Amino acid sequence: MKRLSECNKNALVKVVKIHTSGSLKQRLISLGIMKDVTLRVLAHTAAKGTLEIKVGKMQIALRSEEAKLIEVTDVA
Amino acid sequence: MWRKGALPVSGTCPVTANHIKVALVGQPNVGKSMLINSISNSHLHVGNFTGVTVEKSEVLFDYQQYHFTVVDLPGTYAFSDYTIEERVTKEYLCAESYDMIINVVDSTNLEKNLQLTSELMSLGKKMVIALNMSDEAQKEGIEIDAPYLSQLLGVPAIKVSAVTKTGIDELIDTVLATYEQEHQEPKLIFSEPVEEEIAHIVAYLQKHDYKTPNTYRNVAINLLKNNQQTYEELHDNPIWTELQPILIEASHHIELHHDSNDLKEAFAEEYYAFNRGIIAETVRTVTNDVQALTPTEKIDNVLIHPLFGLPIFLFFMWGLFQLTFEIGSIPMGWIDGFFVWLGDTIGATIANAEIRSLVVDGMIAGVGAVVLFVPNIIILFIGIALLESTGYMSRVAFLLDGFFHKFGLHGQSFIPLVTGFGCSIPAYMSARILKNDRDRLLTLFVIGFMSCGARLPVYVLFAGAFFSQEMAGNVLFAIYMAGVFIGLIAAKVLKMTAFKGADEPFVMEMPKYRLPSFKLIWHTVTTKTWMYLKKAGTFIAAASMLVWFLSNYPHDKAIETLYAEKIAVATPAQAAVLENEQASALLEASYLGQIGKFIQPIFEPIGMDWKMSVALQTGLAAKEVVVSTLGVLYSLGADVNEQSTSLATVLSDNISFASAVAFIVVIMTYLPCLAASIVFTREAGGIKYFVYLFLFTTIIAYSLAFIAYRVTLALTG
Repeated sequence: MKRLSECNKNALVKVVKIHTSGSLKQRLISLGIMKDVTLRVLAHTAAKGTLEIKVGKMQIALRSEEAKLIEVTDVA
Repeated sequence: MWRKGALPVSGTCPVTANHIKVALVGQPNVGKSMLINSISNSHLHVGNFTGVTVEKSEVLFDYQQYHFTVVDLPGTYAFSDYTIEERVTKEYLCAESYDMIINVVDSTNLEKNLQLTSELMSLGKKMVIALNMSDEAQKEGIEIDAPYLSQLLGVPAIKVSAVTKTGIDELIDTVLATYEQEHQEPKLIFSEPVEEEIAHIVAYLQKHDYKTPNTYRNVAINLLKNNQQTYEELHDNPIWTELQPILIEASHHIELHHDSNDLKEAFAEEYYAFNRGIIAETVRTVTNDVQALTPTEKIDNVLIHPLFGLPIFLFFMWGLFQLTFEIGSIPMGWIDGFFVWLGDTIGATIANAEIRSLVVDGMIAGVGAVVLFVPNIIILFIGIALLESTGYMSRVAFLLDGFFHKFGLHGQSFIPLVTGFGCSIPAYMSARILKNDRDRLLTLFVIGFMSCGARLPVYVLFAGAFFSQEMAGNVLFAIYMAGVFIGLIAAKVLKMTAFKGADEPFVMEMPKYRLPSFKLIWHTVTTKTWMYLKKAGTFIAAASMLVWFLSNYPHDKAIETLYAEKIAVATPAQAAVLENEQASALLEASYLGQIGKFIQPIFEPIGMDWKMSVALQTGLAAKEVVVSTLGVLYSLGADVNEQSTSLATVLSDNISFASAVAFIVVIMTYLPCLAASIVFTREAGGIKYFVYLFLFTTIIAYSLAFIAYRVTLALTG
């Protein structure tokens, strides 16, 4: 049960499930964050409050509160 | 070709010619507005971040015998109503009447962009895909087989580049050809379970001979997607009772297949799978190394570094204000000289003393005082344009989110707040990118504390008057930063009282860095500067004349005769002093003087004399008027000493340092100008918010100015 918020810089992970519903889930999906998609953590702020990830060719910023909702697994 | 001049415009009759209404749709930041600009030579605002266009705008142009109306819709990632701007797009596409869609996509990120394309394909409208940024794609080694893509999707796809203006003709020709043809149902292919259910529903509709302008397949897809409009159409049909169980069954089947209880998620996954198939067939990427960092990632390693990111940003801002003052002050002498010369030259041709004073002391002094600051304004606008067009803006939002969050603001609030440094009006509009109404209102209330370009002249004037040349740039930076801090604290207070509530999610796209195009910056800056000058020439000139009139009338005959007698018997040296005294006495007896004296008791505790109080009031119309009013008031009353012609010198001679500090504090915090207040009221959604804003800013401005005045007074003695 690893969450995206726990990942460090340069981690390469695959989305297992998004643990939220409603408009936030729609938002994540419309930005391409959905099941089976591979993500890479590009950067995070000093206190790890905000993360920058790469989905496909797009870079997305999100808060650790949102990253906590994304269940991921390491890509071998 | 239909570039301006080559247009076959005049021959067509507006009534008989064909009208084509095209909706321009695409994800955010794919260059929709820029594409319209290239097509029609219009000048819509463009930038490199999500949410430049927050309202739909229409552009008209003619091509061959057709009248085109292109509607530029705000960018949307998917068919949703997550934010106000996305709602605008969704509502337009579903409810308004238009002939066609041009779907603009970013060729360098087709996979993501096709998600929206797939959704658009089920609208049942004629569509053309514009593969924008094809020049950039080529540079990145991405090859798209456009004809094959068109064939697979059943939608024509044309490679274009809005920047280099290539493929535009072909795009318009294709739009025309598609318009002339019968509508072709696009080829969306789903997974087997979904296709099974579609076939099932189609068979049912066929059996009952259901009448619809769309294809049965289209109706079936929309039913499965829970499209409200399609439901409404079918709801009153007798076949509905039998159809409903079939649909429920179908939804269960699809949800089961996708292991999700969310049909939207299931369809997003369906589209994603379909699009990956399309990409695999039509896109060839020549990359050397998948792990290699893109240029954007390399820049990000420095600019959003966990430790150095913020200091770098602060350094940029400090540099901007240093430049604003240092470089901006170079041409000031020339501009000042020009207006003095202009005043003398024009004054010499006017015989009537009254009219001469109106033109020279009223209009020319007022307008001159405002135009003087054009160089500073230009530098500030260049800075903002660079921030907007390079992609750095979103990075700063990323860096500041944690910090802003502590004050109850959303990281994305940064975008409207920075826009507010230019002008509050577009800033109020751009607050629409915030999803939540509470966040949006909070941001709206704080935007005014970000000092707009029109307030820059006041700061430059006072910084120059009360500080040394070397310090003035730092003072300017400090003033802006102080404004930001007051804004943040105000936000915190509001968040804890009026706008309590849960925090909203922060999920934002970070655009690729782009080299700022000289042409674009040039255009943005010249447009804004021209607007500033136009305002100076019209509104400010009129306001200056009004201020002049109010400060010259009524003529107090008693004072005039009194001084005339005194001057008659005085030595030349004494006469000069007396004339000066007379001017001050007359000014105080004028209408404006009377108003100033009347309101002075309110402003006295914060260190304002009546002239400053009046200048602050006129600033409610437009902040530039503050400077022009000071120019008119002090040029009438005190400007008799030939050596001290510059307004800055006059001010530092007549105003105490503590009063100047308090004055700056009021300018920083009090009510935005009239035009901005109107936009605020509209965006916030009612006159009551304006009352709140008025009370909120007035209380803050007055109490902070009081503190600032008393503290400075105590410190300076």
